[in-house]
Amino acid sequence: MFAACADPKTIEGLTWLSCYLTSGKHLDFYWSFVTVLLLLAVTAPAALAMGFLGASAARSRLLPVSIMGKGYAAVVRGVPDIVFFLFFVIALDQGIEYLKSLAVCADHTWPWQGLEFRVCPEAKVPLGASSAFWHKAYGFGLAVFTFAIVFGAFAANVLYGAMNAVPKAQLETAEAYGMSHGQVFRRILVPQMWVYALPGLSNLWMILIKATPLLFLLGVKDIVYYARELGGSKTQAYEYPHPDWRLWYFLGLLVFYLIFTKVSELVLARLSARLNRGQATAGGEALRKAGS
Amino acid sequence: MSCWETVQAYAFRSIGFGENLLPKSDFTLCQQVTLIGSGLIWNIYFGVLALALGFFLAVGVALAKSSPRALVRKPAEWFVFVFRGSPLFIQFFLAYETLQLLPKAGVNVLGITVETAWTTRAWAGALFVLFLNTSAYAAEIFHGALKSIPKGDLEAAEAFGITGWQKFRRIQWPTMLRLGWPSYTNEAIFLFHATTLVFFSGFPAFRQMGDALYYANYFADKTFNPFVPYPIVAVYFICLTLIVTVIFAAVNRRLNRHLPSNVRSRIRLRPQFIR
Repeated sequence: MFAACADPKTIEGLTWLSCYLTSGKHLDFYWSFVTVLLLLAVTAPAALAMGFLGASAARSRLLPVSIMGKGYAAVVRGVPDIVFFLFFVIALDQGIEYLKSLAVCADHTWPWQGLEFRVCPEAKVPLGASSAFWHKAYGFGLAVFTFAIVFGAFAANVLYGAMNAVPKAQLETAEAYGMSHGQVFRRILVPQMWVYALPGLSNLWMILIKATPLLFLLGVKDIVYYARELGGSKTQAYEYPHPDWRLWYFLGLLVFYLIFTKVSELVLARLSARLNRGQATAGGEALRKAGS
Repeated sequence: MSCWETVQAYAFRSIGFGENLLPKSDFTLCQQVTLIGSGLIWNIYFGVLALALGFFLAVGVALAKSSPRALVRKPAEWFVFVFRGSPLFIQFFLAYETLQLLPKAGVNVLGITVETAWTTRAWAGALFVLFLNTSAYAAEIFHGALKSIPKGDLEAAEAFGITGWQKFRRIQWPTMLRLGWPSYTNEAIFLFHATTLVFFSGFPAFRQMGDALYYANYFADKTFNPFVPYPIVAVYFICLTLIVTVIFAAVNRRLNRHLPSNVRSRIRLRPQFIR
């Protein structure tokens, strides 16, 4: 990066450190923090959408739809999330390739044969010939989808509770005015539920932040991957030889997460105070008493 | 190999008894159920021990956190903040790397050489991290419970001349447990779920002796079919969750036995999963 870094073996001290910390691999490492933030930025709305769907389904008056909505939240909550992370990534990948193989392949044999999963080369997603960028993007997309499914279940639970917390009298009044069920839902229920959902959702956000290192298990080159890769001891064959520094890299990650959660806590506390301010309704009073 | 023979060979594989080699081909459902169930021993080991030890540290930290003295309160606050504010996954990695730095030959303490190699093994190192982690989460729960003890109860105790240790032993302790217990039940369940992270976070599975998810992952890697092993893990964990809930609900009934039935605190599963 700097001119002085052309021959790293000859430099020492701070210059060495500044060159070391700006080497190509380290720039990748810094970008991977952006990956984590990007994941959070994409997953949070996606999970919220999934949760909204799940909660609306659970409230449905059609029994099968309601069972589906409740079952979705119940199953995901009863099982360790990491099982889902490991399961969904393979299951989704295979499911997509199987569906594609039905469309593009000539022979439609059952792909799970003995010890392998086999579809014709044209059905591979992404195609073997496509660029590394597409492979990365596909892996990231699968990860986002998995996170959205798992956290959608938690969000569904929170939103379902929030929907039930909206005072019944409000909904009955709306019905008395002749609104249809859809109108009550859109005009009365949804606008009012957020203030009840906020404590649960902010809790969920904290959990989501702390779940991001699991990206590593999904095969995305994230901060954990780079911390292991860069921290491992490097012999003289490398440009910047150093002993095993993984401890320091992980300490850095720990500090990153601590700062991140602390900042989120402060922001969410302000948001909550803002939402609750001047709520003179019965709901606002209940929230005030609940101390949130 | 019949199913019963498989059970005999692999039921205790995860703790080093029975057949040494894991199945390599012709995977049967029986093998998967047995081996994954065998791995569950580790999850139960980590969960039960971390909970049992962590309970006492958690109560201590909760009391320290409510202390009026900053010298006692600040360390407790930092302990809770560090372990609750960072991912368990990172904590595992960090602990493993730290324990790796201990001298291989052992540490010399007062002329006696203390072995250090065992600390990097999962049964000790990961248990230690889980113990600290659950202590921090439970301490926060008990701290909240301590704060929500009705003021009237404490004033009544003082009016009766009950102070200091007596007040803690007779008034604060039982009320704290009763108020904190529903959340503590959730904490226990999530701790059991968190034990699945151990063998994916630096700690190697010594001689392929791993937990339930480790074996499930092994089968999924070998067969390229995730639809069998992972649901097996899921079913095992749902059963484990049910058992934990039943045990904790029994304790909850005992803690609440003096109250009329309409004011008892119920145990509700709440979504707080990943640490």
